[in-house]
This record gives sequence, structure tokens and C-alpha cells, in this order.
Amino acid sequence: MDRPIRVLVAKPGLDGHDRGAKVIARALRDAGMEVIYTGLRLTPEQIVQAAIQEDVDVVALSILSGAHGHLLPKVVNLLKQEDAYDEILVLGGGVIPEEDIPGLKEKGIAEVFTPGTPTTVTIDFIQNNLKRKQ
Amino acid sequence: MELGQRLLEGDKKAAARMISLIENDDPHALEILSESYQYTGKAKVIGITGPPGAGKSTLVDKVVKQLRARGKTVGVIAVDPTSPFTGGSILGDRIRMSDLNLDPGVFIRSMGTRGHLGGLSKATLGAVKILDLLGKDFILIETVGVGQSEVDIVKAADSVLMVMVPGLGDDIQAIKAGIMEIGDVFVVNKADRDGADRTKMEIEMMLDFSHQEWRPPVSMAVAVNNKGIDEIVDNLELHLTFLEESGKLMENRVKNSEMEILDLSQTALLKHMTRSDDNRAWLRGLAEKIARRELDPYTGSQMVLDKMITQSIGGGKDENTES
Ligand SMILES: Nc1nc2c(ncn2[C@@H]2O[C@H](COP(=O)(O)OP(=O)(O)O)[C@@H](O)[C@H]2O)c(=O)[nH]1
Ligand SMILES: [Mg+2]
Repeated sequence: MDRPIRVLVAKPGLDGHDRGAKVIARALRDAGMEVIYTGLRLTPEQIVQAAIQEDVDVVALSILSGAHGHLLPKVVNLLKQEDAYDEILVLGGGVIPEEDIPGLKEKGIAEVFTPGTPTTVTIDFIQNNLKRKQ
Repeated sequence: MELGQRLLEGDKKAAARMISLIENDDPHALEILSESYQYTGKAKVIGITGPPGAGKSTLVDKVVKQLRARGKTVGVIAVDPTSPFTGGSILGDRIRMSDLNLDPGVFIRSMGTRGHLGGLSKATLGAVKILDLLGKDFILIETVGVGQSEVDIVKAADSVLMVMVPGLGDDIQAIKAGIMEIGDVFVVNKADRDGADRTKMEIEMMLDFSHQEWRPPVSMAVAVNNKGIDEIVDNLELHLTFLEESGKLMENRVKNSEMEILDLSQTALLKHMTRSDDNRAWLRGLAEKIARRELDPYTGSQMVLDKMITQSIGGGKDENTES
């Protein structure tokens, strides 16, 4: 049976607003996905526990603070520790310098979407790269 | 190890996966639930309902912490609406519960209604059983909260906490018919706002009209400031004790089981009649006759039931029923 793709959208880090995260959450919902929206300021540990309980296919992390180099790989590593990384696609978004992206991918972030990326690109990427079959 | 076994051993990932499978009507998961049903029924199930924005999720967060402080483990099922147009949804109740993510004694799951009406999703009852098997002492279900259609929660919960807010005024009049009967414990949340006393009084007046053995207590709370939470949990515990001592816990569970099997049979019937091309064509033929007034829908539905029975007995074939 066709089940909806489940995505956890989180905005880790201590800075400001979650506008970008909300935009992507709405776009994914409109594409027929179930979005678990967790809001601001979650720690990587909290994000990983939530992702496990919600049995999501995707964890989408929106970051503004410049702490991406630390926070994104941390989420990947914690998912690995919980034996959950093999089934969950980890995506990054937000203000992340181009030159940092290859390093992030090496550390297990499947793709990084910088500001201005059309939401359809993100949606297509998710639909074509799920680790678990629907 | 097997999913059902892992679940009984308290494995969170197994519980999470089981809930997904049940949401997707997976036959193997249904089999596991069917085999382990005998071990369920230990958890106390509490429904939390009330209008959107009343503070249900915020209250759930605080009530869970209070239950944890009393040594109980807790499961939470938070239901939000699925868009009927896209099939997608934004499930946002976790925003108010972020502290609970790291508590190993708590398991929270968000569910979309996926087209189901009545304030819950079709898989909610299954998810309750799964969290029960996971060993949670209490299971809290937060409903969608769209006023009068929140009837399902009664079928799913032992005790229902009705969350109201000041200034509902006329709304209370409007919803009393559907809502007042549902609540076992009432709370006026956002008591930091004007009019909380008046709302409490109005609820009390409304409750004066119903004469039942259990008089629902009404308390006040400010969920954001963690005020009045003790009293809510005390009232819920009082109600659960009342249910147990009066024998009503079992009585209600019998009623709920009756509705559950009727719901399940109805779903099974629908599925059966639309499963095979043969059945779909047969149904279509029946519908055409009814539309042309060659047959009436009352006889037609009886024929559907008869066909279901013969097909079940005949193992899928309906020719060889006359012996
Ligand atoms: N003033 C006030 N606001 C509250 C209180 N409890 C919750 N809120 C706020 O009400 C809004 C809706 O709360 P939420 O828990 O999401 O409500 P739900 O839709 O019923 O689950 C949030 O902004 C909360 O911070 C309260 O006791 N007082
Ligand atoms: Mg809520």
C-alpha cells in the first residue's frame, strides 16, 4: 500500500527564527508528505530520539547559525549509534557556504539545499532518494 | 529478533515501526497485534480534547512530567488533521513537548488523521495497543480538537480530559450538547486570562443538569507556567479509581470493544467487497439495478451481506453454496 513519506523538520541551534523551516514544511505537506514539525532549538540528541519515535523516512535540518559543520554530522552519528541511519535520509538546508557542502556530504548528509533552491527540487530529491521503500 | 518480541521487551524502534505498519494496514503487523492482544489492557488510557489552540499539547507536556514525577511511564499519541486535498499534513504537537524527547520513560508519536473523521485516525486504537505492549503505564491521546466531531475519543480512552479556555461564551452553549457528555475531568486552561472564573462557573452550571454517578471536577490551569497540573492529575486519578471501584472501567471497555469490532467488521466488509475485480463488477451491477429502480438499496445491502457470508464459507467461491 502507498504510505505517505514521513519527514521530521527541525531547526537545531540556538539562533532566531524558523521561517525557512516552516516554508519547507508547508511545501512538503503540499506534496502529500506527513511532516513532523518540531520547532526551534532542539539538540541533535532530541532530534534523533524524535526521529526514531516518529519512524520517519527523512530528517530535514534547517540551519542559520553557522554551526552546521558540527550539528549536521552530529545528527548523522547519533542516528548511526541508534542503528537508524541506514533507513533515514538526512538533509540540510539554510545558509551554508558552498565550499562546506562536499565535506558535509562526506559525513553522511545526503544533500544540502541553500536559500533560493526551489522547494520542488527538494521534493524531487526526497522522492528519488528514499532509503526505505514505500 | 521478531518485531512482536522486541516490542514486548520495550524496544522503542520496534514500537515505532509497528505503529507505521498498523497505519498502513500491514497484515503481518495485524497478526502480531492479534497474537499479543491478551497482554494489552494494563495501561490507563486518557484522552485530551478541546478546541484547537486551547493548550492541549502544552498541557500534555506538563501532565506527562507530573506523571513521570509520580513514577509512571507514559506514551503519547498526538493526532492532527491530514489535508483532504494533498494527503499531506503538518504534525506540530511535538513543538510543545521537546523536553520529553530525551526521557526514556516517554514515547511520543504524531499521527495524521488520513481521512478519518471523529478526531482520531483509524490506526489510533492500534497505536494505543502498541504503546501498551511497550509497557507504558499511561497513554495520553491528544485529539485533533475540532469541536463537535470529537466523539471517537470516548471509544478509545478510559478517561477524557476536556480542555476549555476563558471567553468561549456562546461557544459553550453551542458545544455543550456534544462536548459536555464527553468530559470526565474538566480544566479551564489559560486561567491567566480574563473570564476564567466565569467560564468555570458556566461549565459547573452545565454539569448541574446532568445527573450521573460521577460528577466531573472542574479545575483551572495555566499550562505555560505549569500551574494547576497537580490538580488535573489528581482528578484524573480520582476518576480512574472511581471507574475501577464501580466496575465501570470494565463496563466501558466492553462497550468500547463492541464498537471496535463493529468498526473493524465494517472496514473488513468494505475491503472484501472491493478487493477483487469480480466483486467490484458485481457491486457495480447491483448499483446499476438500484439506480434504474429495478432493485431497492435495502434488498441490495442484504445481498451484499449474504454474498460476504457465502464467500467466506465457500473460501472465496460463491457458486457452490447450494448442496
Ligand atoms: N496565556 C496562555 N497561553 C497558553 C497557555 N497554555 C498554552 N498556551 C499557548 O496557547 C497556544 C496553543 O497551545 P497548544 O498547546 O499548541 O494548543 P492545542 O492546539 O490545543 O494543542 C500556544 O502558543 C501556547 O503557548 C496558558 O495557560 N496561558
Ligand atoms: Mg496540539
